[in-house]
Amino acid sequence: MSKKNYGLIAEFDSPAAVLRAAEKVRDAGYRRWDVFSPFPVHGLDKVMGLGNSLVGWFSLVFGGGAFVGTMVLIWFTNAFDYPLIVGGKPMFSVPMSFVPSYILLVLAAAIGAFVGMIALNQLPRHHHPLFGKKRFELVSRDKFFLAVGATDPKFSETETRKLLEEIGGAHIELVEDDE
Amino acid sequence: MAEVLDNLKTLAPPAELKRSQNVINNRGLGYLTDKLTAFNEGKTPRWWWILFFPSVFGAAVILPSMLIYQISTGVGVWGNNHPVMWGWDIINFVWWVGVAHAGTLISAMLFLTRQHWRTAIGRAAEAMTVFAVMMAGLYPGIHVGRAWFDWFMFPVPTSNGLWPQFRSPLMWDVFAVNTYLMVSTLFWYMGLIPDLALLRDRSKTRVRKFLYGLFALGWTGSARHWHNYEKAYTVLSGLATLLVFTVSSIVGMDFATSQLAGWHATIFPLYFVVGAVYCGFGMVLVLLIPLRKLCHLEDIITMRHMDRICKMTLLSSLAITYIYLMEYFIAWYSGDPYERWVFSHRLFGTTYWYGGWIMLGINFLMAQLLWFKRIRQNLKIVFILAILINIGMWFERFTIIVGSLYQDFLPANWGFYKQTWVDIGTFLGTLGVFFTMYLLFIRFLPMIAVSEVKAITPQADPHHPLGGAKGGKS
Repeated sequence: MSKKNYGLIAEFDSPAAVLRAAEKVRDAGYRRWDVFSPFPVHGLDKVMGLGNSLVGWFSLVFGGGAFVGTMVLIWFTNAFDYPLIVGGKPMFSVPMSFVPSYILLVLAAAIGAFVGMIALNQLPRHHHPLFGKKRFELVSRDKFFLAVGATDPKFSETETRKLLEEIGGAHIELVEDDE
Repeated sequence: MAEVLDNLKTLAPPAELKRSQNVINNRGLGYLTDKLTAFNEGKTPRWWWILFFPSVFGAAVILPSMLIYQISTGVGVWGNNHPVMWGWDIINFVWWVGVAHAGTLISAMLFLTRQHWRTAIGRAAEAMTVFAVMMAGLYPGIHVGRAWFDWFMFPVPTSNGLWPQFRSPLMWDVFAVNTYLMVSTLFWYMGLIPDLALLRDRSKTRVRKFLYGLFALGWTGSARHWHNYEKAYTVLSGLATLLVFTVSSIVGMDFATSQLAGWHATIFPLYFVVGAVYCGFGMVLVLLIPLRKLCHLEDIITMRHMDRICKMTLLSSLAITYIYLMEYFIAWYSGDPYERWVFSHRLFGTTYWYGGWIMLGINFLMAQLLWFKRIRQNLKIVFILAILINIGMWFERFTIIVGSLYQDFLPANWGFYKQTWVDIGTFLGTLGVFFTMYLLFIRFLPMIAVSEVKAITPQADPHHPLGGAKGGKS
């Protein structure tokens, strides 16, 4: 099986170190790079230039759809398809339909947030080139990794390696991916 | 000038203004990781088996036999009969829903209000929520009598053309409880993903690696992933917070929309929410006090955490006391003879007077002990108190349900209610299922959110010297 380069990874010991390194990688003009950490590192999304996450929109669309959908469902079932007089109450009214519609809004918005998170992160992805590296197992423990992708226009195995060394990365390794 | 500012930055705040640490003894990231996964990876301790066997007996023997007997025979095997049509089944339903609430309050509301101490207890409380809602959901499903028609509750198109009747709060309940179960499960699972990845990375055997890896969905801890993850977590917290107020409100409306004296009160939705939270805090204490000791988590679930849960319990006890007082006041103030009758009989009746006294004695009087720091610091007393709170809240539901039903407007509707062995067995069975699931949870999943706890330590703060920041400057 032929291999292609995924990129170079460097290991850091503290959140501050990886944050400083990320700033330098950004200033060196790299575009396709990422940081891996056991928990979200404060300030990193600014350095990486990540805008507002789109997850909220998923939630809004799912939730709004469910709210309107439930209202329509209640009107259709109780007032249109099989009208049934119960205790002299109106066949359809907003106050009584509000509660189930609101509840299903919450449900669908929650599902939306989860689906949005999964979709935007392109998960599940059980095979990842980084999983091949033994040291990368420490990423969920107490180490911080910075990876520069081989698809980055500025990527060069020697130059990028030099940069990672300069900014204090340890255990710099080339990661390969199956073709 | 700049020098003065630099000096000011390095000056430590006075001791009384210093924030106490969430993780004591200055534990590092590696230590925390090892410590918090130790219970999942080590040998199963004996106490676990000792607790597990009776729980599994309840779950695998008692509950199924009760359900088979009840479903095949009919609800007549319970004590429910005219005029007390709602008995232990609905009492236990409301009780289990209540137990669930504190978990959501801790994990979602305290997240939104940035209470960092919640990270240590959030996961355990969420698990409690998920399992308690499952138990709650079981009761209405079997209470309907013909459980094989449960699907009538959902708007399924059939050739009969019949639909659920959405004008009834009982119908809203179906959606509320199912939504609560699904949202709290999602919330719990999403919080688990980074920790499942941690357990995957630490796995020594192929089976563990495969299973944890399967549910970790290939989580790498990428900053881009965390970015979306944090947003989704915040959105889910907001939604779960809505549910804290909605689910028990709707349960309260099941009662309040009836005409029955003792139920027909506008305070009921709030009453049930506050009661639920109070009862839930009691259950959190019942679960956490032994776990903290047995799993040696004193550095992470500190006495400060316990103190705060106790204070939240006290606060909710004061709120519920206010509602009790209001309930009695309004019953008197309404001038309605039936209301007055029901409420006087809750305390001075001939049949169920003990329920009312237990409810007031525990939920109002005994909870006041939590005012004293010496009591809050003594976990043995707090544990006993927490069990009593659960019992007190069970009797509150007993008083509300049976106490209002057994004597209503006409003497023809006066009767007596006594639970049967099937009622008791079903309840014991649900306790068994709950504890079985809880024990399996603490054995196989991290009972403390490892990534969240690590994220609130100074070692994780890139602007703190312990996080690698250069001293003085940030």
